[in-house]
Amino acid sequence: MIVERKELSLIENTYLPGIAQGIKITAKHFFETVTGKKKVTMQYPEEKWSVPKDYRGAPYLVKDQEGRTKCVSCQLCEFICPPKAIKITPPGPEVNEAVGGVEKLPQDFEINMLRCIFCGLCQEVCPEEAIFLLKDYSLTGESREEMVYHKEKLLNLGGTRRDDIQKWKKKDEDAQAQPEFH
Amino acid sequence: MDIDFVNTILIPLLKIVGLLFLIMPLIAYSVVAERRVSAAIQDRVGPNRVGPYGLLQPLADGLKFILKEDFTPNYVRKIYFWMAPALSMVPSFVVFAVIPFGSNLFGEKMVIANLNVGILFTFAVVSLSVYGIVLAGYASNSKYPFLGGIRSSAQMISYEIAMGMSVIPVFMLTSDPNFYSTELNQTWTTFLAGTSDLNLSRIIAYQSGNLFDWLIFKQPVAFIIFLVAAFAETNRLPFDLPESETELVAGYHTEYSSMKFALFFLGEYAAMIAASALMVVLFLGGWTLPFWGLDSPSDNIFLGLLHIIIFFGKICFLMLFFIWIRWTLPRFRYDQLMDLGWRRFLPLALANIIITAFWLWFKN
Repeated sequence: MIVERKELSLIENTYLPGIAQGIKITAKHFFETVTGKKKVTMQYPEEKWSVPKDYRGAPYLVKDQEGRTKCVSCQLCEFICPPKAIKITPPGPEVNEAVGGVEKLPQDFEINMLRCIFCGLCQEVCPEEAIFLLKDYSLTGESREEMVYHKEKLLNLGGTRRDDIQKWKKKDEDAQAQPEFH
Repeated sequence: MDIDFVNTILIPLLKIVGLLFLIMPLIAYSVVAERRVSAAIQDRVGPNRVGPYGLLQPLADGLKFILKEDFTPNYVRKIYFWMAPALSMVPSFVVFAVIPFGSNLFGEKMVIANLNVGILFTFAVVSLSVYGIVLAGYASNSKYPFLGGIRSSAQMISYEIAMGMSVIPVFMLTSDPNFYSTELNQTWTTFLAGTSDLNLSRIIAYQSGNLFDWLIFKQPVAFIIFLVAAFAETNRLPFDLPESETELVAGYHTEYSSMKFALFFLGEYAAMIAASALMVVLFLGGWTLPFWGLDSPSDNIFLGLLHIIIFFGKICFLMLFFIWIRWTLPRFRYDQLMDLGWRRFLPLALANIIITAFWLWFKN
Protein backbone atom coordinates (compact mmCIF):
# COMPACT_ATOMS: atom_id res chain seq x y z
CA MET A 1 0.00 0.00 0.00
CA ILE A 2 1.27 3.45 -0.84
CA VAL A 3 0.55 6.10 1.73
CA GLU A 4 -0.06 9.48 0.24
CA ARG A 5 2.15 11.95 2.02
CA LYS A 6 0.79 15.44 2.24
CA GLU A 7 3.04 18.18 0.93
CA LEU A 8 4.12 20.38 3.84
CA SER A 9 3.29 24.02 3.54
CA LEU A 10 6.00 26.65 3.88
CA ILE A 11 5.07 27.43 7.46
CA GLU A 12 4.99 23.75 8.40
CA ASN A 13 8.45 23.38 6.87
CA THR A 14 9.89 25.84 9.36
CA TYR A 15 9.19 23.28 12.14
CA LEU A 16 7.70 26.09 14.20
CA PRO A 17 4.03 24.93 14.25
CA GLY A 18 5.19 21.43 15.19
CA ILE A 19 7.37 22.75 17.98
CA ALA A 20 4.54 24.96 19.25
CA GLN A 21 2.20 21.98 19.31
CA GLY A 22 4.74 19.89 21.22
CA ILE A 23 5.24 22.68 23.72
CA LYS A 24 1.49 22.87 24.19
CA ILE A 25 1.23 19.17 24.97
CA THR A 26 4.10 19.13 27.46
CA ALA A 27 2.77 22.30 29.07
CA LYS A 28 -0.63 20.67 29.48
CA HIS A 29 0.92 17.66 31.19
CA PHE A 30 3.11 19.91 33.33
CA PHE A 31 0.22 22.00 34.64
CA GLU A 32 -2.05 19.02 35.12
CA THR A 33 0.57 17.33 37.25
CA VAL A 34 1.60 20.46 39.17
CA THR A 35 -1.97 21.47 40.02
CA GLY A 36 -2.76 17.89 41.01
CA LYS A 37 -5.52 17.56 38.45
CA LYS A 38 -3.99 14.37 37.18
CA LYS A 39 -2.53 12.24 39.91
CA VAL A 40 -0.75 9.04 39.09
CA THR A 41 1.93 8.62 41.72
CA MET A 42 1.14 7.53 45.26
CA GLN A 43 3.52 8.79 47.97
CA TYR A 44 3.97 5.21 49.09
CA PRO A 45 5.12 5.00 52.68
CA GLU A 46 2.87 7.93 53.64
CA GLU A 47 -0.14 6.93 51.56
CA LYS A 48 -0.93 3.28 51.22
CA TRP A 49 -2.78 1.28 48.69
CA SER A 50 -6.02 -0.11 50.08
CA VAL A 51 -6.35 -3.66 48.84
CA PRO A 52 -9.50 -5.20 47.36
CA LYS A 53 -11.97 -7.11 49.48
CA ASP A 54 -10.77 -10.68 49.06
CA TYR A 55 -7.09 -9.86 48.88
CA ARG A 56 -4.80 -12.61 50.09
CA GLY A 57 -2.00 -11.01 52.09
CA ALA A 58 0.19 -12.47 54.79
CA PRO A 59 -1.21 -15.35 56.88
CA TYR A 60 -1.43 -14.45 60.56
CA LEU A 61 -2.80 -16.20 63.64
CA VAL A 62 -5.87 -14.73 65.31
CA LYS A 63 -7.21 -14.72 68.85
CA ASP A 64 -10.84 -14.83 69.91
CA GLN A 65 -12.60 -12.07 71.80
CA GLU A 66 -11.35 -13.42 75.13
CA GLY A 67 -7.76 -13.19 74.00
CA ARG A 68 -7.21 -16.91 73.63
CA THR A 69 -5.15 -18.41 70.86
CA LYS A 70 -7.47 -20.31 68.59
CA CYS A 71 -4.86 -22.61 67.07
CA VAL A 72 -4.93 -26.12 68.48
CA SER A 73 -1.77 -27.48 66.84
CA CYS A 74 -3.65 -29.89 64.60
CA GLN A 75 -0.93 -29.30 61.98
CA LEU A 76 -3.31 -29.52 59.04
CA CYS A 77 -1.97 -26.24 57.68
CA GLU A 78 1.56 -27.50 58.04
CA PHE A 79 0.70 -30.58 56.00
CA ILE A 80 -1.22 -28.77 53.29
CA CYS A 81 1.16 -25.85 52.86
CA PRO A 82 2.50 -26.27 49.28
CA PRO A 83 5.86 -24.54 49.81
CA LYS A 84 6.25 -25.98 53.34
CA ALA A 85 6.41 -22.54 54.88
CA ILE A 86 4.65 -23.47 58.14
CA LYS A 87 6.27 -25.32 61.01
CA ILE A 88 4.34 -26.06 64.17
CA THR A 89 5.86 -27.25 67.43
CA PRO A 90 3.03 -28.99 69.35
CA PRO A 91 3.06 -29.00 73.13
CA GLY A 92 4.23 -32.06 75.02
CA PRO A 93 1.97 -34.16 77.23
CA GLU A 94 1.76 -31.45 79.93
CA VAL A 95 -1.68 -29.94 80.42
CA ASN A 96 -2.27 -26.22 79.82
CA GLU A 97 -4.66 -24.90 82.45
CA ALA A 98 -5.04 -21.56 80.66
CA VAL A 99 -7.29 -23.16 78.06
CA GLY A 100 -9.17 -25.29 80.51
CA GLY A 101 -6.84 -28.18 79.98
CA VAL A 102 -8.78 -29.21 76.94
CA GLU A 103 -6.85 -27.91 73.91
CA LYS A 104 -3.30 -28.16 72.60
CA LEU A 105 -1.77 -24.69 72.33
CA PRO A 106 1.19 -24.71 69.94
CA GLN A 107 4.51 -24.19 71.65
CA ASP A 108 5.69 -22.38 68.58
CA PHE A 109 4.13 -21.58 65.23
CA GLU A 110 6.56 -20.49 62.51
CA ILE A 111 5.69 -19.13 59.08
CA ASN A 112 8.57 -18.50 56.76
CA MET A 113 7.30 -15.47 54.86
CA LEU A 114 10.03 -15.91 52.26
CA ARG A 115 8.61 -19.33 51.35
CA CYS A 116 4.94 -18.49 51.71
CA ILE A 117 3.13 -18.16 48.38
CA PHE A 118 -0.01 -16.60 49.89
CA CYS A 119 -2.24 -19.32 48.41
CA GLY A 120 -4.64 -19.32 51.34
CA LEU A 121 -4.83 -23.12 51.70
CA CYS A 122 -3.92 -22.88 55.41
CA GLN A 123 -6.90 -20.60 56.00
CA GLU A 124 -9.15 -22.91 54.03
CA VAL A 125 -8.06 -26.07 55.82
CA CYS A 126 -8.03 -24.73 59.38
CA PRO A 127 -10.84 -26.39 61.39
CA GLU A 128 -10.57 -23.79 64.15
CA GLU A 129 -10.56 -20.68 61.94
CA ALA A 130 -7.34 -19.75 63.66
CA ILE A 131 -5.28 -18.61 60.69
CA PHE A 132 -6.31 -15.93 58.21
CA LEU A 133 -4.75 -14.31 55.20
CA LEU A 134 -4.97 -10.65 56.17
CA LYS A 135 -4.46 -7.59 53.98
CA ASP A 136 -0.85 -6.98 54.95
CA TYR A 137 1.28 -6.91 51.79
CA SER A 138 4.36 -5.10 52.97
CA LEU A 139 6.61 -7.58 54.73
CA THR A 140 10.12 -6.35 55.35
CA GLY A 141 13.14 -7.60 57.23
CA GLU A 142 16.88 -7.30 57.19
CA SER A 143 17.70 -11.02 57.37
CA ARG A 144 16.24 -14.37 56.49
CA GLU A 145 15.82 -15.16 60.19
CA GLU A 146 13.78 -12.03 60.62
CA MET A 147 11.44 -13.12 57.86
CA VAL A 148 10.52 -16.30 59.75
CA TYR A 149 7.61 -15.08 61.87
CA HIS A 150 7.11 -16.81 65.20
CA LYS A 151 3.98 -17.37 67.26
CA GLU A 152 4.05 -14.15 69.28
CA LYS A 153 4.58 -11.98 66.25
CA LEU A 154 1.91 -13.78 64.23
CA LEU A 155 -0.60 -13.41 67.06
CA ASN A 156 0.19 -9.72 67.53
CA LEU A 157 -0.18 -9.00 63.84
CA GLY A 158 -3.30 -11.14 63.48
CA GLY A 159 -5.33 -9.38 66.13
CA THR A 160 -8.72 -10.53 67.33
CA ARG A 161 -11.59 -12.21 65.51
CA ARG A 162 -14.97 -12.67 67.08
CA ASP A 163 -15.81 -16.31 67.67
CA ASP A 164 -19.53 -16.94 68.21
CA ILE A 165 -19.20 -20.65 68.87
CA GLN A 166 -16.58 -20.34 71.60
CA LYS A 167 -15.91 -24.05 71.61
CA TRP A 168 -13.28 -23.88 74.39
CA LYS A 169 -15.58 -22.07 76.71
CA LYS A 170 -18.44 -24.48 76.07
CA LYS A 171 -16.20 -27.47 76.57
CA ASP A 172 -14.86 -26.05 79.81
CA GLU A 173 -18.36 -25.26 81.03
CA ASP A 174 -19.53 -28.71 80.02
CA ALA A 175 -16.65 -30.25 81.87
CA GLN A 176 -17.45 -28.20 84.98
CA ALA A 177 -21.16 -29.01 84.76
CA GLN A 178 -20.78 -32.77 84.53
CA PRO A 179 -21.98 -34.75 87.53
CA GLU A 180 -19.28 -36.33 89.52
CA PHE A 181 -19.19 -40.16 89.56
CA HIS A 182 -17.44 -41.50 92.59
CA MET B 1 44.91 50.80 51.98
CA ASP B 2 46.16 51.69 48.54
CA ILE B 3 43.27 52.97 46.44
CA ASP B 4 44.63 51.17 43.36
CA PHE B 5 44.67 47.90 45.25
CA VAL B 6 41.05 48.39 46.28
CA ASN B 7 39.89 49.33 42.79
CA THR B 8 41.78 46.79 40.75
CA ILE B 9 41.88 43.74 43.02
CA LEU B 10 39.61 43.93 46.03
CA ILE B 11 36.39 45.14 44.39
CA PRO B 12 36.60 42.81 41.36
CA LEU B 13 37.38 39.95 43.75
CA LEU B 14 34.30 40.78 45.83
CA LYS B 15 32.18 40.89 42.66
CA ILE B 16 33.59 37.55 41.51
CA VAL B 17 32.85 35.90 44.84
CA GLY B 18 29.39 37.46 44.97
CA LEU B 19 28.54 36.34 41.44
CA LEU B 20 29.83 32.83 42.11
CA PHE B 21 27.60 32.65 45.17
CA LEU B 22 24.69 33.49 42.91
CA ILE B 23 25.61 31.18 40.04
CA MET B 24 26.63 28.04 41.94
CA PRO B 25 23.25 27.65 43.70
CA LEU B 26 21.57 28.50 40.41
CA ILE B 27 23.41 25.60 38.77
CA ALA B 28 22.56 23.27 41.64
CA TYR B 29 18.92 24.22 41.61
CA SER B 30 18.60 24.13 37.84
CA VAL B 31 19.52 20.44 38.14
CA VAL B 32 16.70 20.00 40.66
CA ALA B 33 14.38 22.04 38.47
CA GLU B 34 15.32 19.91 35.50
CA ARG B 35 14.39 16.77 37.40
CA ARG B 36 11.18 18.12 38.90
CA VAL B 37 9.95 19.77 35.72
CA SER B 38 10.76 16.75 33.59
CA ALA B 39 8.91 14.63 36.13
CA ALA B 40 5.86 16.88 35.98
CA ILE B 41 5.90 16.85 32.19
CA GLN B 42 5.99 13.05 32.25
CA ASP B 43 3.22 12.85 34.90
CA ARG B 44 5.68 11.79 37.61
CA VAL B 45 6.62 13.34 40.92
CA GLY B 46 10.41 13.58 40.81
CA PRO B 47 12.85 13.74 43.72
CA ASN B 48 10.95 14.95 46.78
CA ARG B 49 12.55 13.06 49.65
CA VAL B 50 15.59 15.14 50.64
CA GLY B 51 14.46 18.09 52.70
CA PRO B 52 11.16 19.92 52.24
CA TYR B 53 9.84 19.37 48.69
CA GLY B 54 13.18 17.76 47.80
CA LEU B 55 14.94 21.12 47.99
CA LEU B 56 18.08 19.69 49.60
CA GLN B 57 18.58 17.27 46.71
CA PRO B 58 21.70 19.13 45.41
CA LEU B 59 23.45 18.44 48.73
CA ALA B 60 22.72 14.73 48.43
CA ASP B 61 23.81 14.71 44.79
CA GLY B 62 27.02 16.56 45.59
CA LEU B 63 27.81 14.20 48.44
CA LYS B 64 27.21 11.26 46.16
CA PHE B 65 29.59 12.63 43.55
CA ILE B 66 32.31 13.12 46.15
CA LEU B 67 31.90 9.65 47.65
CA LYS B 68 31.95 7.80 44.33
CA GLU B 69 35.09 6.09 43.13
CA ASP B 70 37.16 8.36 40.91
CA PHE B 71 38.17 5.78 38.36
CA THR B 72 40.76 6.44 35.68
CA PRO B 73 41.00 3.65 33.11
CA ASN B 74 44.61 2.67 32.46
CA TYR B 75 44.41 3.12 28.70
CA VAL B 76 43.54 6.82 28.74
CA ARG B 77 45.92 9.68 28.00
CA LYS B 78 46.22 10.76 31.59
CA ILE B 79 47.18 14.44 31.39
CA TYR B 80 44.47 15.32 28.90
CA PHE B 81 42.01 13.07 30.68
CA TRP B 82 42.50 15.12 33.83
CA MET B 83 42.55 18.43 32.03
CA ALA B 84 39.37 18.01 29.96
CA PRO B 85 36.72 18.35 32.72
CA ALA B 86 38.26 21.59 33.97
CA LEU B 87 38.58 22.91 30.45
CA SER B 88 34.94 22.27 29.71
CA MET B 89 33.79 23.96 32.90
CA VAL B 90 35.96 27.09 33.01
CA PRO B 91 34.86 28.92 29.82
CA SER B 92 31.21 28.95 30.86
CA PHE B 93 32.19 30.75 34.04
CA VAL B 94 34.56 33.15 32.31
CA VAL B 95 31.69 34.39 30.13
CA PHE B 96 30.11 35.90 33.24
CA ALA B 97 33.09 38.26 33.57
CA VAL B 98 31.70 40.64 30.96
CA ILE B 99 27.98 40.20 31.55
CA PRO B 100 26.34 43.14 33.33
CA PHE B 101 24.19 41.39 35.91
CA GLY B 102 22.93 44.53 37.63
CA SER B 103 23.18 48.29 37.49
CA ASN B 104 24.79 49.93 40.52
CA LEU B 105 25.37 48.63 44.00
CA PHE B 106 27.26 50.82 46.49
CA GLY B 107 28.30 53.01 43.55
CA GLU B 108 29.92 50.10 41.73
CA LYS B 109 28.82 48.89 38.31
CA MET B 110 27.61 45.32 38.58
CA VAL B 111 29.86 43.85 35.94
CA ILE B 112 33.21 42.25 36.72
CA ALA B 113 35.03 43.44 33.62
CA ASN B 114 33.37 46.32 31.82
CA LEU B 115 35.04 45.52 28.51
CA ASN B 116 34.38 47.59 25.43
CA VAL B 117 34.70 44.43 23.34
CA GLY B 118 32.20 42.57 25.52
CA ILE B 119 30.42 40.55 22.86
CA LEU B 120 33.64 39.61 21.06
CA PHE B 121 35.07 38.41 24.36
CA THR B 122 32.05 36.20 25.04
CA PHE B 123 32.24 34.61 21.61
CA ALA B 124 35.97 34.04 21.99
CA VAL B 125 35.50 32.36 25.36
CA VAL B 126 32.38 30.37 24.54
CA SER B 127 34.14 28.73 21.61
CA LEU B 128 36.88 27.55 23.99
CA SER B 129 34.49 25.16 25.72
CA VAL B 130 34.62 22.87 22.69
CA TYR B 131 38.23 22.09 23.58
CA GLY B 132 37.21 20.43 26.83
CA ILE B 133 34.83 18.14 25.02
CA VAL B 134 37.16 17.34 22.14
CA LEU B 135 39.98 16.70 24.56
CA ALA B 136 37.77 14.43 26.65
CA GLY B 137 36.89 12.48 23.53
CA TYR B 138 40.51 12.20 22.49
CA ALA B 139 41.95 11.47 25.93
CA SER B 140 39.47 8.70 26.72
CA ASN B 141 41.06 6.62 23.96
CA SER B 142 37.87 4.72 23.32
CA LYS B 143 35.35 4.66 20.50
CA TYR B 144 32.23 6.26 21.92
CA PRO B 145 33.87 9.28 23.53
CA PHE B 146 35.90 9.75 20.37
CA LEU B 147 32.79 9.87 18.19
CA GLY B 148 31.11 12.16 20.70
CA GLY B 149 34.06 14.52 20.67
CA ILE B 150 34.15 14.66 16.88
CA ARG B 151 30.44 15.32 16.64
CA SER B 152 30.65 17.95 19.29
CA SER B 153 33.43 19.87 17.57
CA ALA B 154 31.58 19.80 14.25
CA GLN B 155 28.34 20.88 15.89
CA MET B 156 29.83 23.68 17.95
CA ILE B 157 31.85 25.13 15.09
CA SER B 158 28.79 25.06 12.81
CA TYR B 159 26.48 26.78 15.23
CA GLU B 160 29.08 29.25 16.43
CA ILE B 161 28.95 30.79 12.96
CA ALA B 162 25.16 31.05 12.86
CA MET B 163 25.20 32.42 16.40
CA GLY B 164 27.82 35.04 15.62
CA MET B 165 25.98 36.10 12.48
CA SER B 166 22.67 36.35 14.31
CA VAL B 167 23.91 39.00 16.76
CA ILE B 168 25.35 41.29 14.09
CA PRO B 169 21.94 42.95 13.34
CA VAL B 170 21.57 43.56 17.07
CA PHE B 171 24.74 45.61 17.08
CA MET B 172 23.80 47.31 13.84
CA LEU B 173 20.72 48.62 15.61
CA THR B 174 22.34 49.47 18.93
CA SER B 175 25.36 51.28 17.49
CA ASP B 176 23.13 54.17 16.45
CA PRO B 177 25.07 57.22 17.76
CA ASN B 178 22.00 59.49 17.77
CA PHE B 179 20.25 57.25 20.24
CA TYR B 180 22.85 57.62 22.97
CA SER B 181 23.13 61.39 22.59
CA THR B 182 19.43 62.23 22.38
CA GLU B 183 17.13 59.63 23.85
CA LEU B 184 18.90 58.60 27.06
CA ASN B 185 18.50 60.39 30.37
CA GLN B 186 21.30 61.73 32.54
CA THR B 187 21.76 58.59 34.70
CA TRP B 188 22.24 56.45 31.62
CA THR B 189 24.74 58.80 30.00
CA THR B 190 26.89 58.90 33.14
CA PHE B 191 26.51 55.13 33.48
CA LEU B 192 27.65 54.57 29.90
CA ALA B 193 30.47 57.12 29.98
CA GLY B 194 33.57 55.74 28.30
CA THR B 195 31.89 52.74 26.67
CA SER B 196 31.85 51.98 22.98
CA ASP B 197 29.50 50.15 20.63
CA LEU B 198 30.32 46.54 21.53
CA ASN B 199 29.89 47.07 25.27
CA LEU B 200 27.07 44.94 26.62
CA SER B 201 25.71 47.67 28.91
CA ARG B 202 25.00 49.75 25.81
CA ILE B 203 22.65 47.09 24.49
CA ILE B 204 20.76 47.17 27.75
CA ALA B 205 20.53 50.95 27.50
CA TYR B 206 19.16 50.60 23.99
CA GLN B 207 16.43 48.25 25.22
CA SER B 208 15.38 50.32 28.24
CA GLY B 209 12.28 52.44 28.34
CA ASN B 210 9.68 50.47 26.45
CA LEU B 211 8.83 46.78 26.35
CA PHE B 212 8.84 46.88 22.56
CA ASP B 213 12.36 48.29 22.58
CA TRP B 214 13.50 44.85 23.66
CA LEU B 215 15.45 43.36 20.81
CA ILE B 216 13.40 40.17 20.90
CA PHE B 217 10.62 42.28 19.33
CA LYS B 218 12.89 44.26 17.05
CA GLN B 219 14.97 41.28 15.89
CA PRO B 220 12.79 38.17 16.34
CA VAL B 221 14.65 36.24 13.65
CA ALA B 222 17.98 36.96 15.28
CA PHE B 223 16.54 35.85 18.61
CA ILE B 224 15.29 32.55 17.23
CA ILE B 225 18.60 31.79 15.53
CA PHE B 226 20.51 32.71 18.67
CA LEU B 227 18.20 30.61 20.83
CA VAL B 228 18.53 27.52 18.66
CA ALA B 229 22.28 28.01 18.34
CA ALA B 230 22.48 28.31 22.13
CA PHE B 231 20.76 24.92 22.42
CA ALA B 232 23.32 23.47 20.03
CA GLU B 233 26.28 25.16 21.73
CA THR B 234 25.31 23.86 25.14
CA ASN B 235 24.68 20.32 23.83
CA ARG B 236 21.11 20.36 24.99
CA LEU B 237 18.35 18.29 23.55
CA PRO B 238 17.20 18.46 20.72
CA PHE B 239 20.86 18.87 19.75
CA ASP B 240 22.56 16.61 22.30
CA LEU B 241 24.31 14.56 19.65
CA PRO B 242 27.74 14.61 21.37
CA GLU B 243 26.30 12.53 24.20
CA SER B 244 23.32 10.89 22.56
CA GLU B 245 22.70 7.93 24.85
CA THR B 246 21.08 5.65 22.33
CA GLU B 247 24.05 5.76 19.97
CA LEU B 248 27.10 6.75 21.96
CA VAL B 249 26.42 5.47 25.51
CA ALA B 250 27.27 8.83 27.06
CA GLY B 251 29.46 10.38 24.38
CA TYR B 252 32.53 12.27 25.47
CA HIS B 253 32.08 11.59 29.18
CA THR B 254 31.56 7.83 28.90
CA GLU B 255 34.86 7.06 30.66
CA TYR B 256 34.46 9.67 33.38
CA SER B 257 33.18 9.07 36.87
CA SER B 258 32.78 10.78 40.22
CA MET B 259 33.85 14.44 40.48
CA LYS B 260 35.32 14.53 36.98
CA PHE B 261 31.94 13.62 35.54
CA ALA B 262 30.35 16.16 37.88
CA LEU B 263 32.55 18.87 36.38
CA PHE B 264 31.23 18.08 32.89
CA PHE B 265 27.73 18.04 34.28
CA LEU B 266 28.11 21.37 36.08
CA GLY B 267 29.88 22.79 33.04
CA GLU B 268 26.89 21.94 30.90
CA TYR B 269 24.51 23.71 33.25
CA ALA B 270 26.89 26.65 33.69
CA ALA B 271 27.01 26.96 29.91
CA MET B 272 23.22 26.97 29.82
CA ILE B 273 23.11 29.73 32.41
CA ALA B 274 25.78 31.69 30.54
CA ALA B 275 23.83 31.35 27.30
CA SER B 276 20.64 32.42 29.08
CA ALA B 277 22.46 35.41 30.56
CA LEU B 278 23.70 36.39 27.11
CA MET B 279 20.20 36.12 25.69
CA VAL B 280 18.81 38.21 28.53
CA VAL B 281 21.38 40.91 27.84
CA LEU B 282 21.09 40.84 24.08
CA PHE B 283 17.37 40.34 23.57
CA LEU B 284 15.38 40.58 26.79
CA GLY B 285 16.43 43.93 28.18
CA GLY B 286 19.11 42.80 30.63
CA TRP B 287 18.45 43.90 34.20
CA THR B 288 15.81 46.45 33.22
CA LEU B 289 12.06 46.27 33.30
CA PRO B 290 10.09 48.86 31.33
CA PHE B 291 8.05 50.16 34.26
CA TRP B 292 8.26 51.51 37.82
CA GLY B 293 11.44 53.37 36.96
CA LEU B 294 13.38 50.11 36.78
CA ASP B 295 14.71 51.01 33.35
CA SER B 296 17.62 53.22 34.32
CA PRO B 297 20.66 52.62 36.54
CA SER B 298 19.82 52.63 40.22
CA ASP B 299 20.99 55.21 42.74
CA ASN B 300 20.17 53.24 45.90
CA ILE B 301 20.78 49.79 47.32
CA PHE B 302 17.17 48.71 47.05
CA LEU B 303 16.92 49.35 43.33
CA GLY B 304 20.41 47.92 42.80
CA LEU B 305 19.41 44.63 44.42
CA LEU B 306 16.13 44.64 42.54
CA HIS B 307 18.00 44.93 39.25
CA ILE B 308 20.12 41.88 40.12
CA ILE B 309 16.96 39.97 41.06
CA ILE B 310 15.30 40.95 37.78
CA PHE B 311 18.34 39.79 35.83
CA PHE B 312 18.44 36.41 37.54
CA GLY B 313 14.67 36.09 37.30
CA LYS B 314 14.91 36.43 33.55
CA ILE B 315 17.71 33.85 33.53
CA CYS B 316 15.54 31.44 35.52
CA PHE B 317 12.71 31.95 33.06
CA LEU B 318 14.98 31.07 30.15
CA MET B 319 16.39 28.08 32.05
CA LEU B 320 12.85 26.78 32.49
CA PHE B 321 12.37 27.22 28.77
CA PHE B 322 15.56 25.22 28.12
CA ILE B 323 14.26 22.42 30.33
CA TRP B 324 10.81 22.54 28.85
CA ILE B 325 12.14 22.23 25.29
CA ARG B 326 14.38 19.36 26.33
CA TRP B 327 11.41 17.27 27.37
CA THR B 328 9.35 18.28 24.35
CA LEU B 329 11.47 17.70 21.26
CA PRO B 330 13.22 14.53 20.15
CA ARG B 331 16.86 14.53 19.05
CA PHE B 332 17.74 15.67 15.54
CA ARG B 333 19.57 13.35 13.20
CA TYR B 334 23.19 14.31 12.56
CA ASP B 335 22.66 15.35 8.94
CA GLN B 336 19.53 17.29 9.92
CA LEU B 337 21.57 19.14 12.50
CA MET B 338 24.25 20.10 10.01
CA ASP B 339 21.61 20.99 7.42
CA LEU B 340 19.82 23.24 9.87
CA GLY B 341 23.01 24.99 10.90
CA TRP B 342 24.65 25.55 7.54
CA ARG B 343 21.83 25.63 5.02
CA ARG B 344 19.03 27.23 7.00
CA PHE B 345 20.35 29.39 9.82
CA LEU B 346 23.50 30.74 8.21
CA PRO B 347 21.69 32.11 5.10
CA LEU B 348 18.83 33.30 7.28
CA ALA B 349 21.22 35.17 9.55
CA LEU B 350 22.99 36.71 6.56
CA ALA B 351 19.64 37.74 5.06
CA ASN B 352 18.71 39.25 8.39
CA ILE B 353 21.89 41.32 8.36
CA ILE B 354 21.16 42.59 4.87
CA ILE B 355 17.53 43.37 5.62
CA THR B 356 18.51 45.24 8.77
CA ALA B 357 21.10 47.17 6.79
CA PHE B 358 18.53 48.16 4.19
CA TRP B 359 16.07 49.17 6.87
CA LEU B 360 18.64 51.39 8.58
CA TRP B 361 19.53 52.86 5.22
CA PHE B 362 15.91 53.74 4.46
CA LYS B 363 15.37 55.13 7.95
CA ASN B 364 18.20 57.61 7.58
